[in-house]
Amino acid sequence: MDPTDSTAEYPPDSPVLADLAASWKSAYIHVPFCARRCPYCDFAIVDESAGGAADHTTYIGAVAAEIGMAADFGPLDAVNFGGGTPSRLAPELLERVIGALEVQFGLSEGAEMSLEVNPEDWSDEYGRGLVDAGFTRVSIGAQSFDPAVLDALGRLHDPDAIARTVSGVRTVGISSVGIDLIFGHPAETAASWERSIAAAMALEVDHISTYSLTVEPGTALSREIRAGAPAPDDDVQADRYHRFCDVASGHGFVRYEVSNHARDGHVCRYNLSTWAHGEYVAFGLGAHDHRWGRRERNHRRLDRYLGAIEAGERPRVGVEHLDDFHQERDRLMLGLRLAAGTPLTPTAERFAASEAGRRFIQAGILEAGDGRLRIIEPMMTDAVAREALSVSWHDC
Amino acid sequence: MRDQVLDEMDLERERGITIKANAVRIDYTAANGDEYELNLIDTPGHVDFSYEVSRSLAACEGALLLVDASQGVEAQTLANAYLAVESGLEIIPVVNKIDLAAADPDRAAGELSGVLGGDPGDAVMVSAKSGAGIDDLLEAIVETLPPPGGRPEAPLRALVFDSYYDTYRGVVALVRVVDGSLTEGERVRLMARGVDLDVDEVGVRRPKIERTGSLVAGEVGYLMTGVKDIGLIRVGDTLTNADKGASEPLSGYDEPKPMVFSGLFPTDGDDFERLREALDKLRLNDSSLLYQAETSRALGFGFRVGFLGLLHMEIVRERLEREYSLDLVATAPSVEYRANLVDGGQQIVHGPQDLPDSGRLLSIEEPYVKVMIITPSQYIGTVMELVQSRRGEMGEMNYLSPERVELHYLMPLAEIVFDFFDMLKSRTRGYASLDYEPAEYRISDLVRVDILLNAQSVDAFSTVVHKDRAYAYGRAMVHKLRELIPRQLFDVPIQAAIGSRIIARETVKAKRKDVTAKCYGGDITRKRKLLERQKEGKKRMKMVGSVEVPQEAFVAALRISED
Repeated sequence: MDPTDSTAEYPPDSPVLADLAASWKSAYIHVPFCARRCPYCDFAIVDESAGGAADHTTYIGAVAAEIGMAADFGPLDAVNFGGGTPSRLAPELLERVIGALEVQFGLSEGAEMSLEVNPEDWSDEYGRGLVDAGFTRVSIGAQSFDPAVLDALGRLHDPDAIARTVSGVRTVGISSVGIDLIFGHPAETAASWERSIAAAMALEVDHISTYSLTVEPGTALSREIRAGAPAPDDDVQADRYHRFCDVASGHGFVRYEVSNHARDGHVCRYNLSTWAHGEYVAFGLGAHDHRWGRRERNHRRLDRYLGAIEAGERPRVGVEHLDDFHQERDRLMLGLRLAAGTPLTPTAERFAASEAGRRFIQAGILEAGDGRLRIIEPMMTDAVAREALSVSWHDC
Repeated sequence: MRDQVLDEMDLERERGITIKANAVRIDYTAANGDEYELNLIDTPGHVDFSYEVSRSLAACEGALLLVDASQGVEAQTLANAYLAVESGLEIIPVVNKIDLAAADPDRAAGELSGVLGGDPGDAVMVSAKSGAGIDDLLEAIVETLPPPGGRPEAPLRALVFDSYYDTYRGVVALVRVVDGSLTEGERVRLMARGVDLDVDEVGVRRPKIERTGSLVAGEVGYLMTGVKDIGLIRVGDTLTNADKGASEPLSGYDEPKPMVFSGLFPTDGDDFERLREALDKLRLNDSSLLYQAETSRALGFGFRVGFLGLLHMEIVRERLEREYSLDLVATAPSVEYRANLVDGGQQIVHGPQDLPDSGRLLSIEEPYVKVMIITPSQYIGTVMELVQSRRGEMGEMNYLSPERVELHYLMPLAEIVFDFFDMLKSRTRGYASLDYEPAEYRISDLVRVDILLNAQSVDAFSTVVHKDRAYAYGRAMVHKLRELIPRQLFDVPIQAAIGSRIIARETVKAKRKDVTAKCYGGDITRKRKLLERQKEGKKRMKMVGSVEVPQEAFVAALRISED
């Protein structure tokens, strides 16, 4: 069954779908350009407010060249443009990358072609360009519907722009639309989060990702907190998360991963496949790919990345080789994030039977049964994954 | 030549202190052209190691009493001065570190003359760092101190004043020859032990060892006999000839007695044997270290270790962790209690968990110590308040100078081994100093406060405190533990109890969120490494029942103060 039929047939949290997704092949393209750096962000980006507009054409030329250097893979079931801000690129440049991918790897019938869009970049004309380029899915960086929170997050749009973008995406005929939300910023209140949830539901999108605000070291946010600004509170974030899940499930959303909720038929294939331990190629600044038991990563600095491409070399800065056992550990660590859980392999079974595993089961956080090991309290996923990584290691 | 020549241990060099006495010989040509051989012993100053000082003094003719020009006379200066006077030694007052910006050499000299009598002008002003005044000091030594006496023709009498263990040579004894001579190839007898040994090698330390073949009356040097058992050559014993030896030994000195006890447990239970081996090795060079195996319900197998004092405890722990790569949990320090039983018997107790049940217990006796505190006079009130809150009884008070005062107290040792020293230092901006010596045992109104985690008593947290302070202590301990114990998968009640009566309670609420958002661009490697690093951090936790407890929680009682 091809991915299009599978996603139509199985609900987003189906174990069958998760296992199928492990065999899908995806591509990730990193678009590093941003109008400015958000205070919480530690990604590899190019802040265009600092040094004027970067040369998008040169970058895309380099990405296309990098794609041309890749070994055989594919055909691709899902392509995702992430960032950074992919919507800073003109549709023609995006199309050029898709063309390169198609030539190099081929695209499956009905392949998912997705990109992240910031509301302030949207126009229906831009949207029509995306349709022409072949995009089937748009994920909108909404983040919040509370102007105070948007401001605190350093975002440039207002809540109305989100609604305009969603309706624009529908108008131009893109079949799947999602929004991203960030919750738990100290500027957010229980009431404003409630309003954001309601606004998100009212838009009747197909997919919602909800990310708890995380304080990464070296960011402006972490500096502010060190200087005395309030920090996000774990208990508050747990409350907000659960509240969202409750409301979303009442509106027909199915949570299929810690942070991802989709209506039937609208699971993000790239996303699901990544967590199901599927293989993916990745191109662009700081990109990471995963193939044949290898995890490779690219330069995070633009000059080095471009320099490598110019010299005719792959812009790799590191590679990690994983033997069967270590791949199995990764599968377990990642699969635990899925609502479908992970197959109860001998490794997973050993973990479930370990002292740590039994404690999680007893505490109502983990569940083993029907051939699956799954987390039922997603807010505790890292606590479980941490132990899963070490228990399986000691036992082998 | 490197600095701090005689402080050979890394810990000594890092902390700028002397833990282990060390001996060295130097040759000196005096101003008048006479040649001298000077034998010096560098001793610790801290109260915990005063037995090292007293046995070194027994091997000497004179003492240099050093004070820091920026600090003046400290409590330990007085204690050591008294030891030297009692040993009948000639004392040269020395003011060191006169090169420091904060130095006040005249004040320090004035205080010294107050302690020793004599004129402030008697003190020699030096800077060991810059070398200033060292010539004056050497001249003062040869002019003031008597040359060693002794009868070279008499039978051998040599005092063993220190020993250490060398991996290749076995036990090396440091000796002062009082009478006769000590010569390689001869057979000697340890008078107290009644054991005969062959003299394999003798020589002097400069400070590297230099073989001389013999040592005669008045000389200080080392002796090797091939003996591997350090217990055989006891410090304080007298060596004489095996054949036609002396009849009277030299006067020795008391064995040091441990005053503070703490449980040491390996974080990883598999390290118990390694801990035993490490303690055995440390004991080769530190006969004051006493230990016996102990089992804790909370911490597993470990040792109850006796120490001379808090600094000694801290140093032993640090050496075990650093030199033997052990990861240890230490329980709060305890003193030696005497439990008087209803049936008339008495039981010696080295830790709260060993106290008999209240039904069998008639009374508890605890050790009191004579405490000497020297403080700038502006802090007298502060110091008095602190000591009174710790059940101290005021004794004498003497002014060393208008600005500095010497206070004497009688205090329970148990009140000192918690955080007393830190409190004293912080309340006097570091200016007060402390020294103490054992005084007596007294019956006190003491109770054991137990701590329960998740409704289970944790033996390692039990503490003996005075009844009047039990509630405050219980509340403070429970509060501190709530701060130190991370949130777990379930609510963890923390209770303090006396017997079956709960006196304080707090709860560590269950953890509700432990997850990070998405992985950026599929960077699984980074995610995995982060989780593994976090897991590594958790290894410093000890599982107590089903609760993860960080190691620092076990010494939390140390840092609890009433305010």
